[in-house]
Amino acid sequence: MRLSKASIAIAAAGVIAGAAWAETARADYDSYTVPNLVYRTGAYAPNGIPLANGFIDYFNMLNERDGGVEGIKVDVVECETGYNTKVSVECYENLKNEGQSGALVFNPHSTGVTYALIPKASEDKIPILSMGYGRTSAADGTVFPYIFNFPATYWSQASAFVKYIGEKEGGMDKLKGKKIALVFHNSAYGKEPIKTLETLGAKFGFELMLLPVDHPGQEQKATWLQVRRGKPDWIFMWGWGVMNQVAIKEAAAIRFPMEKFIGVWWSGSENDVAPAGPAANGYLAGTMHAPGSDFEALASIKKHVYAKGNGAGEESRVGEVLYNRGLLEAMFTAEAIRNAVKIHGTKDIRGEQMRDGFEAIDLKEADFERLGLKNFMKPIKITCENHEGDGPIAIQQWDAAAGKWNIVSEWIEPMHDVVRALVKEDAAAYAKENNITPRKCS
Amino acid sequence: MEFIYALLVQPFVDMYLDPLIFIETVIKGLMAGVLYSLVALGFVLIFKASGVFNFAQGVMALFAALTLTGIMEYMPDGLPKWLTVIAALGITVVIMILLAVIIERVVLRPLVNQELIILFMATLGLSYVLEGAGDLMWGSDVKVLDIGLPTDIWDIGGVYVEQLDVTAAIAAGSLVAVLAIFFTKTRIGRALRAVADDHQAALSVGISLQQIWVIVWSVAGIVALVAGIMWGSKSGVQFSLSLIALKALPVLILGGFTSIPGAIIGGLIIGLGEKVVEVFWYSVHGGAVENWFAFMLALAFLMFRPQGLFGDKIIERV
Repeated sequence: MRLSKASIAIAAAGVIAGAAWAETARADYDSYTVPNLVYRTGAYAPNGIPLANGFIDYFNMLNERDGGVEGIKVDVVECETGYNTKVSVECYENLKNEGQSGALVFNPHSTGVTYALIPKASEDKIPILSMGYGRTSAADGTVFPYIFNFPATYWSQASAFVKYIGEKEGGMDKLKGKKIALVFHNSAYGKEPIKTLETLGAKFGFELMLLPVDHPGQEQKATWLQVRRGKPDWIFMWGWGVMNQVAIKEAAAIRFPMEKFIGVWWSGSENDVAPAGPAANGYLAGTMHAPGSDFEALASIKKHVYAKGNGAGEESRVGEVLYNRGLLEAMFTAEAIRNAVKIHGTKDIRGEQMRDGFEAIDLKEADFERLGLKNFMKPIKITCENHEGDGPIAIQQWDAAAGKWNIVSEWIEPMHDVVRALVKEDAAAYAKENNITPRKCS
Repeated sequence: MEFIYALLVQPFVDMYLDPLIFIETVIKGLMAGVLYSLVALGFVLIFKASGVFNFAQGVMALFAALTLTGIMEYMPDGLPKWLTVIAALGITVVIMILLAVIIERVVLRPLVNQELIILFMATLGLSYVLEGAGDLMWGSDVKVLDIGLPTDIWDIGGVYVEQLDVTAAIAAGSLVAVLAIFFTKTRIGRALRAVADDHQAALSVGISLQQIWVIVWSVAGIVALVAGIMWGSKSGVQFSLSLIALKALPVLILGGFTSIPGAIIGGLIIGLGEKVVEVFWYSVHGGAVENWFAFMLALAFLMFRPQGLFGDKIIERV
């Protein structure tokens, strides 16, 4: 009997020790690897820096305040690309197997780089988060299982802009006979909205005037003379870097009304309007999130990161448009990690599980409040089929006197009927071209 | 047939029907050309004195403008703006001269008598060093450059003329006049031309090569500062400013690498040509020809007049 009790005790101790060992063996990651392709140098650095700062500050805050995500620290590994596609691809190759988890996700921060990485990342089963940029038809998750472009694509944004001006003109029928000029960066990125705008032009009867600007866009006088000649009613701009600043200044120089000039959300940061000074007052731009630093998450960053001298940039710039965008990328990544851990019941996740985490993103108002980002953006739900979400888009306007952006529209639902048909068509063509059998999601 | 009409007839019809836009295009083209000339001028100065194509000229314009804005930020509050601007300009000029001394001591002097291609590669390295130094010292943010230049527009009978462009044209014109006097009327200018003609002959009559190089790099630095101010006032001072050097290449090919008037005329031709072609031949090319048009024109010149409009004719004796 005594022997039996001892046996039970030993067995129980063994079970407990075994369980503890198993738990230790299972959660043996010291950190999750989240690479970030950044450009802190070169012609596009003024935009690349706040994006990169927002991203790393958010994870540093989570590491400091919460001990990481799901108890594991997140190691953000930056790779400097100088906004160069070749270098970006090298960064991808060098970092894809970095750390114990391997790269959980890549943020290319360039549409051209996204295009280059789509086949590689799909093969390597590492998600690409091209948040609000990249290949629009990647919104079709059945053809592009590892590519995510939520919370909205360029095509959705273009359709939201058309809806906005339709409302301003007094109805969509009033767009008939109007002329819209698209001033765009002459690259894969800048050309993205053309197809949608042409389709919408045919549908609503407006004329589309295409005005490409070559990289970097330091000199645009001829483009704006074309605007003077063509006399468009509205101008949309798909610009990046110095192109934005010069365009806004040139628009002011030909006295084009700023409240009829709308930039894509990559043409709507503080950097873009500063050189034009008061002349930029009233300029409009799309946005996926609120500007400013009046959010709990940003206060946490100041408290846990900047107060300890660990901030990536200047504290006064926390809350700028592109800083908040970098932060948003980080927040989505952190939530995807949480989802992946929950879905797979293990903390040892890799890119493949991370994909499921992204596809389970379903953030409601209450979730944004929990994350300290109340009213930062609209609820978002990603699924296996839909990697874009429903993408409501707002229009923000620059107040030059106050030196800040204000949201001046309701959240505009894109024209899903038009855009999704185009997405399906383009994704199907890509699948055919690359012998891809679309996966089944249900 | 439609294409031939769009290529040969329609543009001229448009010019006739829309004379105000045509006049504005010509004015803006010439003004842009002046700005290209300003950058090209820096290249010409150094090429004339040393036969070296200074790849770092664009970065020097960036570095000068970054230094100016950086110093203006650190000037004490409460000073009148004109005093802040003058003091910052003065300090920047001194820094550009110091930079010329450092370049001569560290980069050029050890490479005397080396192949020109080696000196060219050294300027390539210099461009990276200057860009990195600018980044380290002043950061990568877009900086607003406001030294009080007029930014308004004159509306002359429906033709818009930017006051900043006119200011740039006056600055470039004055700079060229001063440089022309400097090169032809002063002792140093003549020595500089002698060095440009033949290094060894110049050395044999007692001209100091080191001194000439410091002077010429200093002048190129000041020209870079003026170019940086003009371009930086338009777009803000940021790292893409260094890429304006690309605009100077076709200007140099057209005007000749050794001619100051050539840099001006070349700039004007390129500026005018690219604007008129972009605006009035739009239906043929669909836009974005500003960059490649300049190079196409330069290529055409290379075929028929490789030394450029005003460059020295290359005579090789066998």
